[in-house]
Amino acid sequence: MEVLGRTLARILAKIIPLRVSGRGRILVYTGLVIVLAVIFMAIAAPVLTPYDPTRRAGRSFQPPSWEHPFGTNNLGYDMWARIVYGARTILIVVFLAIAISMAIGIPLGLLSGYYGGGIDRALSMVMDAIYAFPSLVLAISLAVALGPSLFNAAIAIAVVYVPTYFRMIRGQVLSVKEELFIEVAKALGIPTFRIIFKHILPHILPTIMVVFSLSAADAVLTEAALSYLGLSVQPPTPDWGYDLYKGKGFVLSGYWWLIFFPGLMITLLAVGFALIGEGLSERVRREQL
Amino acid sequence: MSEPVLVVENLTVYYYTLKGIVRAVEEASLKAYKGDMVALVGESGSGKSTLGYSLLNLVPPPGRVVKGRVIVGGVDILSLRGDELRRARGSLVSMIFQDPFTTLDPVRRVGDQILEVLLEHGVPLEEAKERVVEVVKAVGLSERMARAYPHQLSGGQRQRISIAAAIALKPRVLVADEPTTALDVIVQKQIMDLLDEIRKTTGMAIILITHDIALAAERASRIAVMYAGRIVEYGPKSKVIENPLHPYTRALLQSVPDISSSEWPKPIPGMPPDLRKPPSGCRFHPRCPLAMKVCREENPGMVEVEPEHYVSCWLYARR
Repeated sequence: MEVLGRTLARILAKIIPLRVSGRGRILVYTGLVIVLAVIFMAIAAPVLTPYDPTRRAGRSFQPPSWEHPFGTNNLGYDMWARIVYGARTILIVVFLAIAISMAIGIPLGLLSGYYGGGIDRALSMVMDAIYAFPSLVLAISLAVALGPSLFNAAIAIAVVYVPTYFRMIRGQVLSVKEELFIEVAKALGIPTFRIIFKHILPHILPTIMVVFSLSAADAVLTEAALSYLGLSVQPPTPDWGYDLYKGKGFVLSGYWWLIFFPGLMITLLAVGFALIGEGLSERVRREQL
Repeated sequence: MSEPVLVVENLTVYYYTLKGIVRAVEEASLKAYKGDMVALVGESGSGKSTLGYSLLNLVPPPGRVVKGRVIVGGVDILSLRGDELRRARGSLVSMIFQDPFTTLDPVRRVGDQILEVLLEHGVPLEEAKERVVEVVKAVGLSERMARAYPHQLSGGQRQRISIAAAIALKPRVLVADEPTTALDVIVQKQIMDLLDEIRKTTGMAIILITHDIALAAERASRIAVMYAGRIVEYGPKSKVIENPLHPYTRALLQSVPDISSSEWPKPIPGMPPDLRKPPSGCRFHPRCPLAMKVCREENPGMVEVEPEHYVSCWLYARR
């Protein structure tokens, strides 16, 4: 296993040169392999399986076999096809959610940290209020309020992660804006918006990368939870969380493959993102020491 | 004499801190002519840096300019707001700082940092690129170095780049806040030579903020001595150095070590005052060997003792 990991790391190092050393590098590459594999599944879905995930592919409840590698469910749908197409759903929701929360959290954090004063206090209070909710409870109640759909699930998850970005960015801005080169930029007449986005933001990018991966890992689990509760995409669209929920009813009858594979994929994807984040934070931490 | 390029009138800057109002600069006035190098001399906390920052209307909060005017090329910098103020910084008044190791953005090429200043002041790209080359050469570096990142340069080279960025737009006044303090003596001399050359060739007035009165005596054309937020003596260098009038200026000059003399430098007894509660009257009176009763009661006004040579001390005030 270790040898395999190291070999993979060496190959990936050729493709994606990362300046992360030691332990961090192995973590990042392992995570990358997992996440890239899932992304590949989502893109190449039609190539990977001959079956339609929303059509009957054979008899119900068939155990894993060569024909149906992950078995079939109660309706006779091919589980491998549902996993492969389900990757699309979860990735779309997760990336959409993260994109929304970045688009809101990063600019607000930059402005709040740079200007301080009243705006900062007001924004921080709102963000702390959101942060005070247990994230899953908040996401569920938002999803219920907005109504179940893919886009609404993304919004519900996005709201939960806005404060994470906001607080992280704000804190970093507070330290970077004290740097002398910011003072110099002011003294030489560089416009404020340019100072914020061209002089401060680049110094925060490593942190954003770390927060991105870690919050993506979290968002995967939240998305799975929402769709488990039927608050994300609606059936029969393939979705890991929903399949997990459907399969749960048949576990006692011995059809383990109905929950094993969706559960495994959710875990894997979350671990993949988390590993990238952990590995990258290794470097960021070292830089800040 | 021709019109001064910089006129500072009754400049007063306070810091409104939670622990009280710090009277950092009080009623400071001075003038600089074309090609002048005015040295602002004083110990730490005398308000010389604050005065320097207010020349760019850049006093950091909670500081605020309470009153006064700073006129550069006919424009009152302190009355400018928003975009006008931004454009004035860099093109009318510019500043260089003490520590060349942190004044450059570590993730961007130094040439781009100079280029940015030009572009943001509306210089067209082609012209700006030419100006970068010109100005980098003017500060004694090769064109190649414009493509370097700050960490590839030495302290002296970085300070040269900072100077290049500051003079790229040919400002009338350059504020140099202890530009050589972080550098070793050899580089110090080179940087001071460079500043001298710049002011001679371009006519830029340089405000040299320093605690080193020996450096001021060597390089400046005028010296303003600051103590506890007030300018106590101001005049052409030769007069201030050869005929120091204020007891503080004298004490400061005597505290400089002199290799050729057998005497030890004399320290100034006491401590600089807390500017939240400055002493009554003349702020130097608690440490002054010549203090009189009136010194405790009232602040002496500026008196022109000989042409161009001003002092604020009761010894010279005609009442």
